[in-house]
Amino acid sequence: MTTKTDVTNNELPPYRKREALNRWIISLPALSIIMLAAIGPILIMLLYSFMVKGDYGGVKLWEFSFDGWINVFFQRDIFDETLGLADAHLTIFWRSLKLSILTTLAALAFGLPTAYFIATRPKHTREIWVFLITIPFWANLLIRTFAIQEVIRNEGIINNTLLAIGIIDSPIQMLYTDGAILFGMVYVYLPLMVLPLYASIEKLDFRLVEAGYDLYATRLKVLRRIILPMIKPGMIAGCILVFIPSLGAYVTPRLLGGGKNMMLGNLIESQFGAGRNWPLGSAISITLMLLVMFALIFYVRNATRSGANHG
Amino acid sequence: MQSPSIAVEAKNITKVFGHGKQHFRALNDVSVSIRENEFFTLLGPSGCGKTTLLRMFAGFEHPTQGAILLHGKDIAHLPPFQRPINTVFQNYALFPHMTVAKNIAFGLEMLGKPKAEIEETVDRMLDLVQMQAMRDRVTSQISGGQQQRVALARALAPSPKVLLLDEPLSALDYKLRKEMQIELKRLQHETGITFIFVTHDQEEALTMSDRIAVMSGGRILQVGSPHDIYERPAERFVADFIGETNFLEGKVSVLEEGDRLSVTLDAGTEGKQIQVAFDPQNSPETVQAGQRITLTVRPEHAQVFPIGSTSDDPIISGKLENIVYFGTDTHYHVKLSDNSIFIVRQQNSQIRGDVLVQNEMVNIHFSMDSARTLWD
Ligand SMILES: Nc1ncnc2c1ncn2[C@@H]1O[C@H](COP(=O)(O)OP(=O)(O)OP(=O)(O)O)[C@@H](O)[C@H]1O
Ligand SMILES: [Mg+2]
Repeated sequence: MTTKTDVTNNELPPYRKREALNRWIISLPALSIIMLAAIGPILIMLLYSFMVKGDYGGVKLWEFSFDGWINVFFQRDIFDETLGLADAHLTIFWRSLKLSILTTLAALAFGLPTAYFIATRPKHTREIWVFLITIPFWANLLIRTFAIQEVIRNEGIINNTLLAIGIIDSPIQMLYTDGAILFGMVYVYLPLMVLPLYASIEKLDFRLVEAGYDLYATRLKVLRRIILPMIKPGMIAGCILVFIPSLGAYVTPRLLGGGKNMMLGNLIESQFGAGRNWPLGSAISITLMLLVMFALIFYVRNATRSGANHG
Repeated sequence: MQSPSIAVEAKNITKVFGHGKQHFRALNDVSVSIRENEFFTLLGPSGCGKTTLLRMFAGFEHPTQGAILLHGKDIAHLPPFQRPINTVFQNYALFPHMTVAKNIAFGLEMLGKPKAEIEETVDRMLDLVQMQAMRDRVTSQISGGQQQRVALARALAPSPKVLLLDEPLSALDYKLRKEMQIELKRLQHETGITFIFVTHDQEEALTMSDRIAVMSGGRILQVGSPHDIYERPAERFVADFIGETNFLEGKVSVLEEGDRLSVTLDAGTEGKQIQVAFDPQNSPETVQAGQRITLTVRPEHAQVFPIGSTSDDPIISGKLENIVYFGTDTHYHVKLSDNSIFIVRQQNSQIRGDVLVQNEMVNIHFSMDSARTLWD
């Protein structure tokens, strides 16, 4: 014990120790917020996922069981108590993953030209375009989603217009489909794709693009060989920013997908609500977090690799 | 119609940027022909339109009026990637996500050359610019001079008909710049490619070029060999921009028979006439007595003598204000009667027999032929 303090005394002069202490004090508010708002709840959730579910929601404290985790992927047969794959859950996982990936790809496909367009405007007009892109954030997500509902429902603007013109005889079912969820999510998350893309395209040295043209690269080749590799960090950032919230999206799938087309967010909500299965809800939440974490690890690795290249 | 020895030609090029009140005429009726295998330099002060003209050859800029011809064919409609013209950019514009070798290979890959040929050419280029050791480095990890070489190799690799170089040496320090000047000359000689080189450094232009075009305010003022440009400037701006020179204002007294002109200077001669050589090619069609004229005399073409010296050549006199010793030569600053300073530069290799005293009156001699006549 004494030798240990001696060693630290030798290594750090008093003022350095004070500095270190100060740093801890300064970061205390941030640390406590992180503890209270992020790590604490996650730990509680982790704990709950291993407990027995309460009859009217909640958990039976300190009664442990793996049921919550087992029920994420498996379900017990009502009659003979054998375990089978939880088809409903797997379908929802698969739908969430599929819709999130599709949302990300669609956002990338729409976001790239948009960001390119903005970044190539004259300097003073660029800010106006960026400003316009962020306008949807001003209205509440719920309101915006209801607005989409209004546009695409059977008696909505699109169907009514098409009926009136006589292109269709009966309304096209658009609301409460996977397509509606996809459309809604792309609409909601597009700005999250455009902004990081815009930032990296704006930084792009267009003289390199000219150098590409000069060296016989056609427009397509310049895009593939020069522009895309150089804005890769922005593309990855945008994809992560869209993919993560898409995976846990709740409002959009709920309002545009109806009850049948659930996504992970809705599944979790239902376990804490009507399902009264808090351990299962906790386990699914943590599964979702793990999915997100893998996505992030993938991102960090890619980002550091391309960062090293740019030196 | 076209002479086959012309590589690139600009015909009456005008370029206007912007519209309405904000419009700016960057090039104004520029015509120039650049010969095959020539080291041609565009020289001029900042903002005179050198880069704009170069970018027009490359295809990044389109003329508002006029035509660009490559080997006699109009290439105005061709995008940059279809022109056999490559550029060494001022900032090099190397691709940061590729290695040195990959950068050099880029143009060849885009042209769809076979792999073996690409490798062979890249190898040859790396040897040519002495960068073999750096071939697998990322371009951000090499020095400015090395980047310059890679940019050069990258532009030369696809064997363009014409190589455009936009102030490629301006970012290098003095010593490296001198080295690269020699190297560029060597490369141009070895490859036989037409070089169009942009600089605002007159010394660089004089030492490297076969011919120079002096530009100012969106116009080409004079095209000629370095010797022509230096010794026989066509305009006051050219004389002033290239090297040091003295201007003597005056008016024509008599147009003599043959190739002489009698001029009465405003200062330095106390109203006496001096005779200078007359170059009809660089003069207005009619020259009348009383017409304003400017003489320009390079400092090294004049000599100072103590007052009272005599010569058949023109003599002007003034007060010796200053003697500045430069090692290889000495500069004499002589103030004329209109308070303008006439600079004389004399080599120190000849030991002077006489002694010049500061603040005394002195005579300046220069030969009739060394005074160049300029008209407004
Ligand atoms: N895209 C543009 N829009 C408007 N004006 C331009 C544009 N490009 C160039 N100019 C103007 O045209 C003029 C000539 O520019 P240019 O770049 O050709 O000059 P330069 O001779 O290359 O100068 P420097 O030696 O500084 O590089 C400048 O006054 C410049 O401001
Ligand atoms: Mg320039």
